[in-house]
Amino acid sequence: MTAHLILSLLVPVAGSALIVLLRRNPNLREAASLVTAGVLFAIVLRIYGAVSDGARPEVILVEPFPGIPIALEAEPLGVLFALIASFLWIVTTAYSIGYMRGHHEKNQTRFYFFFAFAIASVMGVAFAGNLFTLFVFYEVLSLTTFPLVTHAGTEAARRAGRVYLGILFSTSIVFQLLGIIWVYAAAGTLDFAAGGILRGNVAAGTVPVLLALFVFGIGKAAVMPFHRWLPAAMVAPTPVSALLHAVAVVKAGVFAVLKVTVYVFGIDFVAELGASNWLMWIAAATIILGSLVAFTKDNLKARLAYSTVSQLSYVVLGAMLANSLGVIGSGMHIAMHAFGKITLFFCAGAIMVGAHKSEVSQLGGLGREMPVVFAAFLIGTLSIVGLPPTGGAWSKWFLGLGSLEAGQVGLVAILMLSSLLSLAYLMEIPLKGFFGKPAGAGHGSGDDDHGGHGHHGAPKWSVAAIVVTATACLVLFVYPEPFYRLMTMVTGP
Amino acid sequence: MAEHYPALQVVVPLLAAPLCLFVRNGRAAWGLAVLASWSALGISLVLLSQVTSSGVISYALGGWAPPIGIEYRVDVVNAWVLVIVSTIGALVAPYALTSVEREIGARRIPLFYTAYLLCLSGLLGITITGDVFNVFVFLEISSLSAYALIALGQDRRALTSAFRYLVAGSVGATFIVIGIGLLYSMTGSLNMADLAQLLPGVWESRTVKVAYGFLAVGFCLKLALFPLHLWLPNAYTYAPSPVTAFMASTATKVAVYMLLRFFLTVFGAAFSFDVMALDRVLLPLALVAVVSMSLVAIFQVNVKRLLAYSSVAQIGYMILGLSFATVTGLTATLLHLFNHALMKGALFMAMGCVMYRIGSVHIDAMAGLGRRMPATMAAFVAGGLSLVGVPLTVGFVSKWYLILGALERGWWPVAVLVLLASLMALVYIWRVVEVAYFREFTGDERTREAPWTLLWPTWALVVLNLYFGIDAGRTAGIARQAAEVLMTGIGQ
Repeated sequence: MTAHLILSLLVPVAGSALIVLLRRNPNLREAASLVTAGVLFAIVLRIYGAVSDGARPEVILVEPFPGIPIALEAEPLGVLFALIASFLWIVTTAYSIGYMRGHHEKNQTRFYFFFAFAIASVMGVAFAGNLFTLFVFYEVLSLTTFPLVTHAGTEAARRAGRVYLGILFSTSIVFQLLGIIWVYAAAGTLDFAAGGILRGNVAAGTVPVLLALFVFGIGKAAVMPFHRWLPAAMVAPTPVSALLHAVAVVKAGVFAVLKVTVYVFGIDFVAELGASNWLMWIAAATIILGSLVAFTKDNLKARLAYSTVSQLSYVVLGAMLANSLGVIGSGMHIAMHAFGKITLFFCAGAIMVGAHKSEVSQLGGLGREMPVVFAAFLIGTLSIVGLPPTGGAWSKWFLGLGSLEAGQVGLVAILMLSSLLSLAYLMEIPLKGFFGKPAGAGHGSGDDDHGGHGHHGAPKWSVAAIVVTATACLVLFVYPEPFYRLMTMVTGP
Repeated sequence: MAEHYPALQVVVPLLAAPLCLFVRNGRAAWGLAVLASWSALGISLVLLSQVTSSGVISYALGGWAPPIGIEYRVDVVNAWVLVIVSTIGALVAPYALTSVEREIGARRIPLFYTAYLLCLSGLLGITITGDVFNVFVFLEISSLSAYALIALGQDRRALTSAFRYLVAGSVGATFIVIGIGLLYSMTGSLNMADLAQLLPGVWESRTVKVAYGFLAVGFCLKLALFPLHLWLPNAYTYAPSPVTAFMASTATKVAVYMLLRFFLTVFGAAFSFDVMALDRVLLPLALVAVVSMSLVAIFQVNVKRLLAYSSVAQIGYMILGLSFATVTGLTATLLHLFNHALMKGALFMAMGCVMYRIGSVHIDAMAGLGRRMPATMAAFVAGGLSLVGVPLTVGFVSKWYLILGALERGWWPVAVLVLLASLMALVYIWRVVEVAYFREFTGDERTREAPWTLLWPTWALVVLNLYFGIDAGRTAGIARQAAEVLMTGIGQ
């Protein structure tokens, strides 16, 4: 099994090399991307099989410092994250083929190359065997996604790239690294262990400070006020926004928060000390404020981005509740939100390529031209809001239970309120699409001049990807079992 | 012959230097310089492996037994510094060939290699000797040749820069020789090990404390500790590219070594920290250096000057480690000597490549170079990331130990300041990266990648940056061993 762990890193790296080799032939190049993604998913499935049977394969890659190796270890939480990321990579690759060609993007080889590299770093984050390894891959992920964010190479992209790297690096260097070295100085180890490694090693008063260093230091979790990089990253091509900034990168953030809370601090330890009490409310504030800002955004991708900011804090909140139900809800929300949000981004991209619309106010009547896309958007919306018959219902359910268990009735109210808000700002889009009037004629004629493309519909590859993820949202309602089981393994008997 | 390695370490480059002058041919002189600096590297590696396995080597120069004769005394600390200096020397020498032919008139090329080898042997001599007056002699050899090397720069401002460096350097050397003289007057000895035995007897004397003060100022001038750094930025900016790469990676490191050797070995850690409060004097200076010089670097438009200010900030890190007065802190200092040599060497060499192709290192002139000179700029990015301290680079390793040292003392605000300063490093490095990768190229259409003779030494340093960032076990082990030697003193 250890070979599989190493392969989970090597396969995407090898894939990126292959992509460069095949750059002269776009069809072969894209085939290489698809095959790599498929192979990676198969590998992760094997690891999943082993881990759900109780195995915990681990392997040390190198040992940069005496006693602090770069090590990989498969445990249930990491497997859950790796499963989602590798599966959605296949779908996103298929989607990208349609999108990148339909949108006539330049430098596609560079795009696929860094994309594969970013996935390798995501696998490193998912299977990190200690805090140091997690940090290393976290930083590598920031670096490898930078060229993707600035793909367009324009002034706007450059500015966005600055915000992106600036916030992610500042938070991780100033807060997270400080926290990590602090943990090492106190505990003498950085290994993840059930129940945490800090009990008995630090004064009770420093635990809330340390926890805050991680919650804010993991900037990818986009807890306010360090969330600005996420809307900025929307300047990237839509597949990047979809996989990286709705799934891989942001989930790497909340995953890290969850993992640190469970395996470094230990939820019982946090709960006993009440170390997370104020951080819960920071997360709650991000949930509400993110939703409110999303309301004000007319640009579809920007609206989705703020919706992500809000939804990410659900996961952080679940971790901060520091009880089993909260952690289960938190882990399941990583999965459910991933499928829901990637569907929404896919739809946004399809609308942009197929109909050249990027603002919510322009979408009137488009649903009749692109029924599949808008229907999928509706399903994605239901999943984000947490309504049956979609998978999102489960994670919200457990998060609610966790809040009650923690005795925080106020948080339950906030969860309800935010669901209502997201229902309102997301529902507007399918409603407009199906029942709205087309945009004014004067405006429309301007659009028809647009390079003579007209409305030729979304690319076939992209629509296929949308159907897959939207169906997954529905399937996860009746069959959330694998994710639930993995999370109960995390919280223990 | 193996028992004479300590002497050969200095003698080989010292003898090669006048030979360069006699051959009068640039290429032949270059061949000699490469040969001499690679033999120096070989010898220093052998010495390091000897001292790590079997302890201190004492070599009586000319067969005169210490403390009367001059003793070369190699322990883990100076063997480590010897390796740093000779590694950089061995990479700068091959790099110099192409670069010097472009930046220095053909007539003066043999002179360049003469001065270069003198400088190298001076630095190696300071490091290896166990005699305090001998330190001064080698200090003068290295400094005088350094002034000449800087003055060879093609910009006329190189002359004034060299002159300012000469004034500052001479003041520093004078302070050092006064300090040495006072020590001699109190103890009658010039041998370091001997002095370490004799000085505790006269600790209370005011003369010894005055000597300490003179030495402190002298060393701090030489190592360019804020606010005695004013000579450094211009000297680095206007010197020929290989000279900058060499000086930035070695000269200040050797000065830091001198300070450590005198204050921790000769005077002893107890005297320095408990009586003279060295740590409390250096801590604020180091912090101000780290923060203010990083800030100044952000606003530079000449990239070599930017890197020079960054050097002053990085020297602050080294002194900061010392001011923790713990083994972990000193480990960070000693590691950073090596690590900073690797990253600054790589960065200045990359700038040398740019200078070679476009004749300028102004930030605006570098617009769009990311596509024109991909290998050069990739080396710059890698070296820059190491300077910032991104994981898997040597810069991260240094920072790790430095912050660990601060937290061990419970000084978390210091740790935060160090981290903030590395963010500033990110800002000034990123300014260059953005210009090179996001702006359109505006220069000469024929601009191509730098020749491989410049690229391979640059990339060799980049690879070392990454290698020792991923596998820091060995370097950290040696640095810790050296730190323990320094903290326990020479008696053990």
